[in-house]
Amino acid sequence: MATETQAADAAHGASAPGMPQLDFSNWGHQIFWLLVTLVVIYFVLSRIALPRIAAVLAERQGTITNDIAAAEDLKAKAVEAEEAYNKALADARAEAQRIIAEAKAEIQADLDAATAKADAEIAAKTAESEKRISEIRAGAMQSVEEVARDTAAEIVAAMGGKADAKTVAAAVAERMKG
Amino acid sequence: MEGQLAHIGAGLAAIGSGAAAIGVGNVAGNFLAGALRNPSAAASQTATLFIGIAFAEALGIFSFLVALLLMFAV
Amino acid sequence: MATEAHGSEEGGLVFHPMDQFIVKPLFGDGPVSFFTITNVTLWMAVAIVAVVVLMVLGTSRRAVIPSRTQSVAELAYGFIYKMVEDVAGKDAVGFFPYIMTLFMFIVFANFLGLIPMSFTTTSHFAVTVVLALLVFVTVTIVGFVKNGAKFLGLFWVSSAPLALRPILAVIELISYFVRPVSHSIRLAGNVMAGHAVIKVFAGFAAIAVVSPVSVVAITAMYGLEVLVAFIQAYVFTILTCVYLKDALHPSH
Repeated sequence: MATETQAADAAHGASAPGMPQLDFSNWGHQIFWLLVTLVVIYFVLSRIALPRIAAVLAERQGTITNDIAAAEDLKAKAVEAEEAYNKALADARAEAQRIIAEAKAEIQADLDAATAKADAEIAAKTAESEKRISEIRAGAMQSVEEVARDTAAEIVAAMGGKADAKTVAAAVAERMKG
Repeated sequence: MEGQLAHIGAGLAAIGSGAAAIGVGNVAGNFLAGALRNPSAAASQTATLFIGIAFAEALGIFSFLVALLLMFAV
Repeated sequence: MATEAHGSEEGGLVFHPMDQFIVKPLFGDGPVSFFTITNVTLWMAVAIVAVVVLMVLGTSRRAVIPSRTQSVAELAYGFIYKMVEDVAGKDAVGFFPYIMTLFMFIVFANFLGLIPMSFTTTSHFAVTVVLALLVFVTVTIVGFVKNGAKFLGLFWVSSAPLALRPILAVIELISYFVRPVSHSIRLAGNVMAGHAVIKVFAGFAAIAVVSPVSVVAITAMYGLEVLVAFIQAYVFTILTCVYLKDALHPSH
């Protein structure tokens, strides 16, 4: 076993014979410093470190719980907002449809009115034109009759006869009919 | 002469570490076999595994200690 | 036995795997007394500083969204808290700071010991025996205070046949008193073994042909040691919890 002399050797830095662990002369020294170390670590841990870590962990747990609740809230809000958005979208779409239909109807009405007016005008103009054409035609017939009568009277006069106006007119009218 | 005998004794004592190795291997192997059969229960038994290994290994360490004593302290 | 001269006589290979565990005074030399500042003192102080940096400075911002250091501190807190709660029971939560102290000290001592040229305080039986005895004494006192004489029921296996019970009681009693022994030697032995093995491989590196193999072996052992450093701290802590559970609920 390690003896006192060997311990002294070890203390002098020479290579110690035997196991340094079994050199009982320095056990007291090691035990003393070990106890000091343990007491220091114990007080550091139990007074400062462990309560602090426990507090941090508890705080984190609280924060996480709060955050999850807040997240749930936000999620609900998001769902709500989405619903509102969809509703607004549908409303807007319906409104747009309504406006389009209205505009279409208005335009159609305007168009119809314009068409009717135009038709009426066209019809009036046509009627007038027809009237004037018939007038012109009547005028023309009359002129033809006059010209024919005059011509007949002249021809009769030229032939040396005495043209009776009445007779000429009757003959022309008969011819014209024929 | 006595010194040489002590060295032989130390060598013999070192066989004990091999025996401890067998023990540790047994513990770990059986744990693995059990864990593969029922993997869900394995995680809860790791502490037991380490305790078992520690007990098996402690005896090997005893033989190692005897070897050291014979080498350096006799 | 293994002096320098003796080592060099043995064909050039010099193995001093245990030299790294020597307790040396930092200033001057002389006998190591209670209050001498030695490498033990230094590395225990570094362990304290590391614990303070991680657990106090790391959490000083009290951030809800943790920084990297703070999340490591919280991870350690949650890890040990859950272990105490799961293994030792809800009524053992009062012992949480005590168990946390043990875990933080061991884990930092182990990891600091892995720094090259450093000194591993947990490789000394003086340290681990005290740690284990603290647990043993605490557990025994807690057992008797909480359960009184019923704590002795831990040794009286009522589920066994009556004839076997006295024998089992003796075995249980022995195993109870062996607890601090195995508890302490497991930690120191594992740490010491790993460091000694690395040192032995380092000794082989003196031979040029073997040195690449030796370097690879050291690297591999170092990786294993990183694992062992954590697992041994974990095992020490979880066994403390198991013993505490026995003390709080000594029903067999």
